[in-house]
Amino acid sequence: MDAATTPVTLQNRSDSTPDLVYRTRLPVRIWHWINAISIFALLMSGATIFNAHPRLYWGKYGANYDDPWLIIGKRGQEGFLQLGSLEIPTTGLLGYTPWSSKAIPPLLTIPNYYSLAEGRQWHFFFAWILIIALITFVIYSIFSRHLKNDLALSSEERRTTRLWQDIKDHARFRFPTGAAARNYNALQKIAYLSVIFLLIPLVILTGLTMSPNLNAAFPVLLDIFGGRQSARSIHFLCAAALCSFILIHLLMVVLAGPINEMRSILTGWYRLPQRGKDLL
Amino acid sequence: MISRRTALIGVGALTLSGCERVTRSPTVRKILTFGEKATLTSQRLVTNRNALAPEFTRADLSPRFRVNGNAMPASPEYARHVATGFADWALEVGGLVQNPLRLTLAQLKAAPQRTQITRQDCVEGWSAIGEWTGVPLSLLLRHAQISDKAQFIVFHCADDFSGIPYYESIDMIDALHPQTILAHTMNRQPLPIGHGAPIRLRVERALGYKQAKFVMRIEAVASLTGIHGGKGGYWEDHSGYQWFAGI
Repeated sequence: MDAATTPVTLQNRSDSTPDLVYRTRLPVRIWHWINAISIFALLMSGATIFNAHPRLYWGKYGANYDDPWLIIGKRGQEGFLQLGSLEIPTTGLLGYTPWSSKAIPPLLTIPNYYSLAEGRQWHFFFAWILIIALITFVIYSIFSRHLKNDLALSSEERRTTRLWQDIKDHARFRFPTGAAARNYNALQKIAYLSVIFLLIPLVILTGLTMSPNLNAAFPVLLDIFGGRQSARSIHFLCAAALCSFILIHLLMVVLAGPINEMRSILTGWYRLPQRGKDLL
Repeated sequence: MISRRTALIGVGALTLSGCERVTRSPTVRKILTFGEKATLTSQRLVTNRNALAPEFTRADLSPRFRVNGNAMPASPEYARHVATGFADWALEVGGLVQNPLRLTLAQLKAAPQRTQITRQDCVEGWSAIGEWTGVPLSLLLRHAQISDKAQFIVFHCADDFSGIPYYESIDMIDALHPQTILAHTMNRQPLPIGHGAPIRLRVERALGYKQAKFVMRIEAVASLTGIHGGKGGYWEDHSGYQWFAGI
């Protein structure tokens, strides 16, 4: 990447002094936070909606008398998660806790009491924000070259041996230092690209496929996902994938230096980590 | 000393009560309705208003169609209708119409019919596929010479929740839609009581709570204000469900 397209200001310092670089531009930072808030609100209000019928099916239909592939339920004071024929005890976490007998406990839902109607109001409000923010962000990313310069993988990064090395480095918590840390690393780019161009679009499309009015207007949606209940299942799998992304994303923030990372996503300024020094 | 457990519960309770203050705030609730309005406006804008809901084949029928809502209206009047096999039951069509109607079940069955195999989606998330036969609502409304001033069709039902009668409403786009029928037959059998005998509304592009069961009276109105709670339906009035049930 050439300096002309990277807004790096404090260049050409010696390697011994930590460089502060301007890494994250304002529109990207604003989108990140709007997106973070909407995704949390959507996951938590989605949990309320899921609690109304905590069973997932494949196909065109699915209700109480049909075969679900996933159930979160309770038997007396014991919670369980049933996946096909596998049953996992989840007492205290899912299905049953001393404070709740809902599939997903109120600590993790919006609102923090059971109200399907209110959960839906929150869900659809933030769904609009997510969609508008995503479209705006993608348009911005294309025209500002954020996509090309910061997110797209270079031909070097796309090599299998290089990717394998990145995976091994990540597994050993060895992160790029110095000038190499100026840009997102390959795995980071893959994670961000998957969320922006795969996971969020998929969660939006499967969400729309659950709308009976949109099914009438765009029946192709049902063909793509194999029926409404399949779309609902994929919607929840996407939500689970987003949860894992968030967990790993936050873990990486902590491991890579939470203060530096938070400054970078709040102010844009990022201190390039140095080799051999403690991460902070 | 405050134990860690007590402290944790205390912090938890404070957080939860804080959250509750947000979700119960009228201002917040008002702001959130923008989502619902945007959904209704944009869905009406981008969809063909006459688009038909997907229809399925008999191979797709749910083996067992779940009964939801009230399984049996509690009123003595309804019990009398059940006892007489709905022989002296009649559907009233009134409100903003030139020619109010009173139609017996036999008359409804003698009118032109439509049969459709469609999917019902409950607001809770489950779906069931059933075969429905009935009279297109548009036919009745034309026969009753509905006024141009009518904006909504209200369905008054025989069932109630704790004494509060069930009702629902749809706009003219859905009311005149070819798949909107008053079904008296389900899966080729007379409509069972649990599914809304003698007739129920099928409005196939909307969620389950719009599919009013035990329909006794149909009223054409210019506005929903003044009808029960004014929000257009039992669940809309009492639990805050969205009037637009297309998603």
